[in-house]
Amino acid sequence: MIKKVFIVFVSILVIVWFLTPVVLIVLASLTPSEDYYNQNRILPRKLTLDHLYKLFVVLNGWRATLNSLQVAGMAIGLSFLTGLPAGYVLTRYVFPGKNAIRLSILLTRSFPTLIIAVPLIMIYLKLGISDTLFSVALAHTSFILPFVVLITTSILSGISVEYEEAGMIFGLSRFGAFMRITLPLALPGLAASAIFAFIMSWNEVFISSILTFVNRTLPAQILNTAMTSPDYFKFAAGTIMAIPAMTFIFFTRKYLMSMWGISLK
Amino acid sequence: MTYRKDAFPYLILLPTIVYLIAFLGYPLIQTFILAFTSESGTFGNFQRLMDTGDFWKALKNTILITGIIVPLQLVLAIALALFVNMRFKGYSLILYIISIPLALSDVSAALMSYNIFAPTGYLNKILLKLGVLDRPLYFFGYMFQNREFWIIVLTEVWRATPLVFVIILAGLQSINKEYLEAADVFGFSNWQKLRKIILPLLKPSIMSALLIRTLFAFQIFGVVWLLAGRDILILAGEAYYWHNNVNDPHMSSAYAIVIASVSLAISWFYISILRSKELEGGQK
Repeated sequence: MIKKVFIVFVSILVIVWFLTPVVLIVLASLTPSEDYYNQNRILPRKLTLDHLYKLFVVLNGWRATLNSLQVAGMAIGLSFLTGLPAGYVLTRYVFPGKNAIRLSILLTRSFPTLIIAVPLIMIYLKLGISDTLFSVALAHTSFILPFVVLITTSILSGISVEYEEAGMIFGLSRFGAFMRITLPLALPGLAASAIFAFIMSWNEVFISSILTFVNRTLPAQILNTAMTSPDYFKFAAGTIMAIPAMTFIFFTRKYLMSMWGISLK
Repeated sequence: MTYRKDAFPYLILLPTIVYLIAFLGYPLIQTFILAFTSESGTFGNFQRLMDTGDFWKALKNTILITGIIVPLQLVLAIALALFVNMRFKGYSLILYIISIPLALSDVSAALMSYNIFAPTGYLNKILLKLGVLDRPLYFFGYMFQNREFWIIVLTEVWRATPLVFVIILAGLQSINKEYLEAADVFGFSNWQKLRKIILPLLKPSIMSALLIRTLFAFQIFGVVWLLAGRDILILAGEAYYWHNNVNDPHMSSAYAIVIASVSLAISWFYISILRSKELEGGQK
């Protein structure tokens, strides 16, 4: 009985602590400005989509959102295209130098990525791709790719080689066996890691703000304009940033533990 | 044919390795070159950096923030993980709610915090309504640096505790239940179980959580930049400032090098502690 009361009490405490800021920013982004600036009014009389609409449509927030989506898409595509085969080879083959390669990929994760931002501008200037979304995607790939290699290594090592070998006995090529047998089995885990990769890119602000001036991603745009715009736009921006990330993490909650375990180790 | 087979794994790994060399390794070297070239010799930038009070303030603040939030987050995360690990009905919902901040960027966390503590924010409105205050309490602005500092600490604790929590919980779940059952047989209290069995077995998870959190805390940027701007100087913020506002990539790189070297020192420190603990404990 006491245990039950304790659990309910702590649960409520946890829910209030973690959800209040999120609920309040969504509420604030829906509050009409006259209610927001009225000190006597805590809860709004009515809700409005005005601020979200203005930020998104009139102030071109959709451009920055689209930029963010494009950057994330390119970075994920690039990371999986190179990282997935690399992860496969690292689980299924034994060869000299394997551990050294794996360890160096692991080491890049403890590396403060902000350090590469400044020289990248000069490299991009030389390549003629400065201030483009592609250039930001390339920079994001440098920290998403190691994550993808490590995560696919761990997902694939959880799938027995024997299935693949059985397929090869029945006449599939190695590539065919991977595509027809291993890949479908790995797909849910890979989808979850793609979502995590998306969140990494969607939230990254330092590198994006240094690399771009015109084609800014959403967080970079917010970082550079938020504090000079009216409060309700700040909250609309915060809401737009938060909602996709929260929705995505809801769908991957089953993989949460293993994902963060690997992404951080 | 055999040659092909032998080269195959390397060929597949080649794009990844080339990519990481081109986009991590090469820029890293460039950062060093930038940081160590100036009109006044190799160490000119660092000399300049140390001569300004800003650098020392930024270093002090970064260390202070890290030193305050990391232990706080660890204690909170262990408590939360022990709680969720009780596996009561509906614990998975609690698990999801705790993990929400994991998906949020520092930018949105900062805006959430601002929403609560702004002059017309919810905290002020509620306190005014309750009659606790008769005019709004200000938390932001150059004159209120102390308050800004604590708001930043609070925001970071809110935002990043779940990161530590997930690692600790994973560690908790990997503890063999038989140890705890054996402890029950010997009549251990819950507190004894925690002290003598759970915490010692959790040590590797705690160490990796501490390492990761310390590294990230040292790179803190978005929350401070949005909530306090340059009222509260921090290392990453100065790197950003010197680049975007002063247009001096050399000084910016010098700051980046400082952050990277301290990160390296932190990693080395934790890993050597972990090593020596392992040696003490014999096989494990």
